[in-house]
Amino acid sequence: MSMQLYLPIAEVSVNAFLLLGMGGLVGVLSGMFGVGGGFLITPLLFFLGIPPAVAVATGANLVVASSVSGVLAQVRRRGVDFRMGGVMLAGGILGSAAGVAVFAWLTRLGQIDLFVQLSYVLFLGAVGLLMFQESLRAILAARKVGASPVKRARVQTWVHRMPFRMKFRASGLYISVLPPAMIGAAVGFLSAIMGVGGGFIMVPAMIYLLGMQTKVVIGTSLFQIIFVTAFTTVAHAVTSQTLDIMLALLLILGGVVGAQIGSRLGVRLRAEQLRILLALLVLAVAAKIALDLLLTPSELYSVAFGGAMP
Amino acid sequence: MIRALCLWLCLALPALAQEEIVSGLSQNRVSITANFDGSEILIYGAVRRMAPPPRDSLLQVIVTVEDPSMPLVIRRKERVAGIWINNAAVTIDAAPSFYAVATTGPIDAILDETENLRHRITIDRVIRAVGISAEAAEAPDFVTALGRIRLAEDRYRLLEGTVQLTAETLFRADIVLPANLTEGNYRVRIFLTRDGKVVDLQERRIGVQKAGLERFLFILAHERPLVYGILALALAALAGWGASAAFRLIRP
Repeated sequence: MSMQLYLPIAEVSVNAFLLLGMGGLVGVLSGMFGVGGGFLITPLLFFLGIPPAVAVATGANLVVASSVSGVLAQVRRRGVDFRMGGVMLAGGILGSAAGVAVFAWLTRLGQIDLFVQLSYVLFLGAVGLLMFQESLRAILAARKVGASPVKRARVQTWVHRMPFRMKFRASGLYISVLPPAMIGAAVGFLSAIMGVGGGFIMVPAMIYLLGMQTKVVIGTSLFQIIFVTAFTTVAHAVTSQTLDIMLALLLILGGVVGAQIGSRLGVRLRAEQLRILLALLVLAVAAKIALDLLLTPSELYSVAFGGAMP
Repeated sequence: MIRALCLWLCLALPALAQEEIVSGLSQNRVSITANFDGSEILIYGAVRRMAPPPRDSLLQVIVTVEDPSMPLVIRRKERVAGIWINNAAVTIDAAPSFYAVATTGPIDAILDETENLRHRITIDRVIRAVGISAEAAEAPDFVTALGRIRLAEDRYRLLEGTVQLTAETLFRADIVLPANLTEGNYRVRIFLTRDGKVVDLQERRIGVQKAGLERFLFILAHERPLVYGILALALAALAGWGASAAFRLIRP
């Protein structure tokens, strides 16, 4: 049975089972690794021929669903520092608003694809390399002397000496609100540009820059991602009318089921092994996009609506 | 319908030198619903003439179908510091995003250049680009590229020899509209030519519109974007919560 579905906003016709399957696959990976999966789904949608602006807005909507699914389990485990999440969220909303404006500006200039691709190569490449190096070291260390815990920043650095200090009990910190708000803003900006939640940047920043208790890192990151991607979704819907609800719904249905399966699979793997696999996946996506930028394209010209059209 | 037309034509009419088109469309509305997978339009008709057809030239038929033309920007990538980026752009005044030309024979042989210029029939003529030479050094390359890209995407089609013409009187053309249609009033043009000259032409319209759920969502997204965005969020949150609750029931 052919199950072609016409998407009302993207204005392309795609196979419904393909979308469910893609959502499911990304869901399995996101459940396994505790990430939203935006960095996988957005490039996959580009590849399917969905316009970049629609892919980014719809990708953000998918991350809302997978983060809601993930955060509920974390709340039950007391793995969310709501106060820290709130501070990051305040920065995140500002960053996302700036990102949506920059996105609209670059779309008009015709450079949005390049900017999105460069952001992907830069951030995925850097985070992937760091994660790969760190987890490789952890695996080697574990082989020598047994388990070694993740080292979080405990020394007082410039990050901790800024004004407006606040007590974050769940995170075990008494620090200025500025660094978490700035991290939130940076991640919110990327969320709007790349259609991602930004967990792959926020989690390392929380551990290595802020020095938060590791057990609240994933939950707090998910908590603030829900609201930032929710804001991004609505902002894209209002400013550029690029959110495709039909596309989102199919990806989400596949995604949330996949995420539940993935989180059960993830329990069976060791943390270092999981991280090294995630690092390889992130690096593979970055390498694919980098090749697209470096190799001579088969068609040098591209067509976009001009004048009155968005 | 065709039979009725034929019968009517066979009842010979008073003599007159002209040839006129009498035509019909299998449908003049296309509704894009959620499971829309393309649509086939049959354009048929007959040539009414008041005198026997001239013996020294052959009658030819050209049928075109196009969606509303829109301004476009064509961009060209160039290698800058090792990476390929959009580095030059040309604005096209108007071009359709779907255009099909069906003919009874090779278009160069049945249509001369003056008539083509006047009626904008071939693919390179339907792209309206006036005064683009000021925008980039090789501006015509951009227009050629637009034609090439849209031909490759199957959005522009040159269907030579697909119009059936029987006894220089009855003609039919089947045009397949793709699944990736946009909304609007599609223009259908039928041309009769002899010796490359247009002897008669007729224009018709096909209304293409989203219907049902597609229409509802499209209007909501454009007229109530905030409500639409919040609806999308509610669905996402509900799905996220639902999956987590359902799986806890299955495997606590």
